[in-house]
Amino acid sequence: MNVTEVKASLPPGVRLGRVSFFWRPWLVGVSLLLAAAAFLVFCVSIGVGDFPIGLPQVIRTLLGRGEQVDEFVIMDLRMPRALAGLVVGIALGVSGAITQSIARNPLASPDVLGITTGASAVAVFLVTVSGGAAAAVTETVGLSAAALAGGLGTGLLVYFLAWRRGIDGFRLILIGISVSAVMEAITTWLLVTADIRDVAQAQAWLVGSLDDRSWGEVEVALWGTLVLLAVVAAVAFQFKPMHFGDEVAAGLGVRYAAVRAVLLLCAVLLAGVAVSAAGPVPFVALVAPQVAMRLARCPTPPMLASGLVGALLLIGSDLVARAVLPVSLPVGVVTAAIGGPFLVYLLVRANLR
Amino acid sequence: MGTTAVMERPAPGGSAKTRRRRVMGLGTLLAVLVAVAVLSLAVGARALSPAEVWHGLFGAPTSDQRLTEIRLIVETVRVPRTVLAIVAGIALGVGGALIQGFTRNPIADTGLLGVNTGASFAVVSVIAVFGFSDPFQYVWFAFLGAAVAGVVVFGLASIGRGAGNPLTLALAGQGITVFLMAMTTAVALSNQASLNALRFWNAGSVAGVGFDVIWPVTGFIAVGVVLGLTTLPSLNLLNLGDDVARGLGVNIALSRTVGITAITLLAGAATAACGPIAFLGLMVAHVARYLTGPDYRWLVPCAGLLGAVVLLVCDIIGRLVVRPGELDAGVVVALLGAPFFAVLVWRGKFRSA
Repeated sequence: MNVTEVKASLPPGVRLGRVSFFWRPWLVGVSLLLAAAAFLVFCVSIGVGDFPIGLPQVIRTLLGRGEQVDEFVIMDLRMPRALAGLVVGIALGVSGAITQSIARNPLASPDVLGITTGASAVAVFLVTVSGGAAAAVTETVGLSAAALAGGLGTGLLVYFLAWRRGIDGFRLILIGISVSAVMEAITTWLLVTADIRDVAQAQAWLVGSLDDRSWGEVEVALWGTLVLLAVVAAVAFQFKPMHFGDEVAAGLGVRYAAVRAVLLLCAVLLAGVAVSAAGPVPFVALVAPQVAMRLARCPTPPMLASGLVGALLLIGSDLVARAVLPVSLPVGVVTAAIGGPFLVYLLVRANLR
Repeated sequence: MGTTAVMERPAPGGSAKTRRRRVMGLGTLLAVLVAVAVLSLAVGARALSPAEVWHGLFGAPTSDQRLTEIRLIVETVRVPRTVLAIVAGIALGVGGALIQGFTRNPIADTGLLGVNTGASFAVVSVIAVFGFSDPFQYVWFAFLGAAVAGVVVFGLASIGRGAGNPLTLALAGQGITVFLMAMTTAVALSNQASLNALRFWNAGSVAGVGFDVIWPVTGFIAVGVVLGLTTLPSLNLLNLGDDVARGLGVNIALSRTVGITAITLLAGAATAACGPIAFLGLMVAHVARYLTGPDYRWLVPCAGLLGAVVLLVCDIIGRLVVRPGELDAGVVVALLGAPFFAVLVWRGKFRSA
């Protein structure tokens, strides 16, 4: 495909000074609908619990005009969990959209790139190794922050190991799988040598969960995600042409390597933030962009819509895990139950096409 | 196609010189295996001298308490462990070489195909449901789980156009693995007994299993090896391409079916007895190819012997590095194998089709 062909195939553009973007009314409409749906599920999720609160009261309380009892239950007890679900879902969705676009493979996701396994390995290490430096780390920076650092470290390791005169999507995924395997081996070993009481606590870190979130944890994730989304938004305008391949992108004058590196770093950071807040919730980063792509009828995963689908998916799954299933399970189990069959569907489709 | 070009074509016949080299190579490998096996009997929490090992194996019962103790260690701990490492190593080595041949996929590995997690899931489930505690009881379910997961992943990756693309297989395996891992965690979290069993079983160890488990497993593996060996001549022809093989009178469907049955038997039985051991088959198949060349009649037996040697060595390393504790063989294999895999990827041995 040469540059003129590419330009002809693109939808009409809008230019505002130095910023330009495509005008896709369908995408805007779908995004608005998704945002509304996400907000609705968010409110329902807040209302559900041992002390049920009706939807109108929830909305009234969120607007600051609720009764005092409701306000306590909602703002102090349930808000952190619901907000964590929202933030983590958006972070994972956007992170997945970026990695899938860069690897040009619908099956690439932060789970594959070693970020989640790296974060889990660090968290399990801190939980199971008592005393000494581990305890000091847990006390000073906190488990979530340490897990975040572990995820980032692993993500960067994968990136540098996969670097060989540039980044190739295929090599990135394979290196990711092998680094993940090392991290899993370390985690397994830690679990074998640990006390069984610690193991149960550590095990919770191996599948994502939104249980017992506090405001403190949520705030870190919230601000982190907001800052990263701002960076992604600023850079993403230069990103579109990349889907057509290295040569076309270079022909269109994009500083290809730099933009891609920044975006990939943002994807890694977003996934790391998500893991630090909720543990490794599987498949959201994989499923959300693909669903968003189909809903929005875009050729590539749309960033914002992917984030919204991620939030919808995560809060919805958490709702199912808490309210529908007979036993209370971590949200990661529900997303895996949805994500597994979806992955099978993607594979079969990709193969039959 | 990139993938077929990557695998070397088998050279017909071979000169007397290469033949002599191959025989010498196999002989050397056998000798190394014997030496490592003896070492495996001697090394451990209590190191034994060659004379003590000899007594433990063949000595007559005496009233000397120290010698009786040595006999006990050798008979009940070291011998089963060594035998299992050899048998499982052969199974994984042969299985790895076969799967790379039949998929024409140089990064195929039985451990990457979800076989491990299929077995884990089955083990954890039956422990939670039936309360099994004896390996002899759950080894059959591990076998079943491994076989089902392997067939599903293999089937998914071989549908339609994606068949033969290494990335499809790796991703299908990784996806099913994540799915099953989350399900396994869900079961383990709700059941203390299965959580405890899981963490030991999951590490991949050749220790702590008696001959009541080893004999039936060896039976399955023997059948798998024999089946696998019968496919080798046609496997050589299959690697010339399906059309050529058909032209030369190979029944492709029959050959593939026998091959996949053999692979499932080998991987399933090894995983059932030792827990998940990834990367071993992948590693030794590549080293074996380097030693023997592309002729599968030589490559597969060589990979089997190498598998036994490497697993034994990893088990011995595991006994030595963290004394007085032990590192499970599966963990050592992963820590060695994953970087090996990464180097293969990095050197550009294979790229997407």
